[in-house]
Amino acid sequence: MNATEIEHLIIEAIQEVAPEVDKNTIDFDEDIREECDLDSMDFINYLAALQKSTGIKIIEADYPKFHSINSALAFLNDKKS
Amino acid sequence: MSENIINKMSYNSRDTNLHDYQQTCDDFNWQTDIKKTLNIAYQAVDKHLNTSIENKVALRWLGKDEKLIDYSYRDLAEQTSLFASVLAKLGFEPGVRVFSLVGRLPLLYISALGTLKFGGVFTPLFSAFGPEPIRSRMAIGEVNVLVTTKRLYDKKIATWWQELPHLKVILFIDSPEHENISAASSHTLDKGCHWLTILLTDADTRYPCAKTHGDDMALLHFTSGTTGQPKGVIHVHQAVVAHQSSAKYALNLKQDDIYWCTADPGWVTGTSYGIIAPLCLGVTMIVDEAEFEVERWYNILQQQKITIWYTAPTAIRMLMKAGSAIREQYDLSALTFIASVGEPLNAEAVRWSEKVLGLPFHDNWWQTETGAIMIANFASQSIKPGSMGLPLPGITAAIVKRNEQGNIETIEEAMQIGELALKQGWPSMFRGYLHREEKYQQCFQDGWYLTGDLAKRDAQGYYWFVGRADDLIKSSGHLIGPFEIESALMEHEAVAEVGVIGIPDEITGQRVKAYVTLNPDVECSEHNLAALQKELKGFARKKLGAAVAPKEIVFRKNLPKTRSGKIMRHLLKARELNLPEGDISTLESDEQ
Repeated sequence: MNATEIEHLIIEAIQEVAPEVDKNTIDFDEDIREECDLDSMDFINYLAALQKSTGIKIIEADYPKFHSINSALAFLNDKKS
Repeated sequence: MSENIINKMSYNSRDTNLHDYQQTCDDFNWQTDIKKTLNIAYQAVDKHLNTSIENKVALRWLGKDEKLIDYSYRDLAEQTSLFASVLAKLGFEPGVRVFSLVGRLPLLYISALGTLKFGGVFTPLFSAFGPEPIRSRMAIGEVNVLVTTKRLYDKKIATWWQELPHLKVILFIDSPEHENISAASSHTLDKGCHWLTILLTDADTRYPCAKTHGDDMALLHFTSGTTGQPKGVIHVHQAVVAHQSSAKYALNLKQDDIYWCTADPGWVTGTSYGIIAPLCLGVTMIVDEAEFEVERWYNILQQQKITIWYTAPTAIRMLMKAGSAIREQYDLSALTFIASVGEPLNAEAVRWSEKVLGLPFHDNWWQTETGAIMIANFASQSIKPGSMGLPLPGITAAIVKRNEQGNIETIEEAMQIGELALKQGWPSMFRGYLHREEKYQQCFQDGWYLTGDLAKRDAQGYYWFVGRADDLIKSSGHLIGPFEIESALMEHEAVAEVGVIGIPDEITGQRVKAYVTLNPDVECSEHNLAALQKELKGFARKKLGAAVAPKEIVFRKNLPKTRSGKIMRHLLKARELNLPEGDISTLESDEQ
């Protein structure tokens, strides 16, 4: 998995819960819950989808690392290496 | 049933505000006089000036980015005066309707109290609402001023607000610096829009509190309807009497407490118990800007030494799911009392909290219409896990039914299901649905307010929630009207009919599920249906926002309908849950 593939999987996981999200109109540094209008359950379901597609285990303690898309990218890239 | 009771023998009853439940109830008198001058903001803030607590921290704000800002009671008094004087400067009169659409930022709290201080009417909206619920509520509420952020404005408001005839001014509470715009460039904003921070700089810190009366309108909260538009629930300044009394008894709040109500002010709990009641009682209240996160929450409880915590079943169940190992890492010994509201807290969650957090959650019950907690498990009384508890001092509750003559009859027999009713006349009872007098009158009969909730009462007088008497959905503690969702989905060109119900969810209580039939010209290949399902989900989210939009959408060839064409939601639900289908005599066209 390279960085581009991880980004693709993140966007795909967001769109599972929020299909209306357009990756070209969202700010990757902003709070993802505000940027993509995710409530608490959407956020958990997004992480569950991401865990499934990347195969990387995401535990509760990691949740703050998924604050924005860019922070999630950094975390997953780091985990993968 | 004794094994199902959490006994309070081990708790020191001298620490409670309610030593003798029965005696307090017997002696209780509301002592309210609507002729008297009464203002919620005065009770919450100005009352504390020149007292021993004026410099105490009233509100501690925790930002998402670890920023911390403290506001003393004096700070709040001055800042709310500034806000009130801005309203005056903008040419508004008392009675002005101020709506907020913003996350938990300090200026939200100041705007709410400043509006009340000015004698205006405050309405909080949940910032996760999509444009349609926002617009319908603002139109019904005849909003004059909207307090929001530039970001939310651009995203949800900018294109249509000028079509609302009463809306004159939009105040942005984020600072222009944050937006990289200089103060001088305010003129680049749309007409009617202002940076609030700039208006506040030359406002008046000593603007006096309006001399409102007990029966003057103060708060307008919105609640969903089953068959129509949301309803604007009117509360008056006198409600503050019940806010204070209920916080004292049901939340056991005392002046030296550090209190955290996790509810967003966009919902009634976040206003009554997240702004008004704690300040009235002179406590230090914590406000966290961020959304729920297990570690963040445990960390706040520990670091801020929270003594009283008021939260909701959805969050509690998420904490349970996270397991006890995380909790072990935190010192929660400052906690003295924890309470829950929003939907019935399952007995298992109460047991879990006693075991894992070290003290049990006290569930309580109330509605937007009741304005304050009506039924509660108290600090000094045994808890029956899964029960709503006992009526508050000053509140008379009953389980009722209509008899053959159409009159209200109370059901005295224990554990019989009926409608939960409250003897009308407590101070925070709603005084109307805005412009819906007939609908308001329908809520009352023979001196009782009929809550629309089905419940039963046991032999010891504890109330047990059974369900809603109507089709309203309770998800994450919020009432959601199926009609609003159905209407939004109907606007999609592929959709012919929609029925929306709530189905049980182990975390959120209920989740919204939509049953959709498609127009005949829609291609029903598997691939197309899968794409359409996603499209409809996104379509609904864009219009309604995450808090309201359905989490699940399924397609049907036909929906069960009555002869008059009304979709039978209760039948969809009975089938979803494998329950008896009940009365289907009006069924004309069945589900396929």
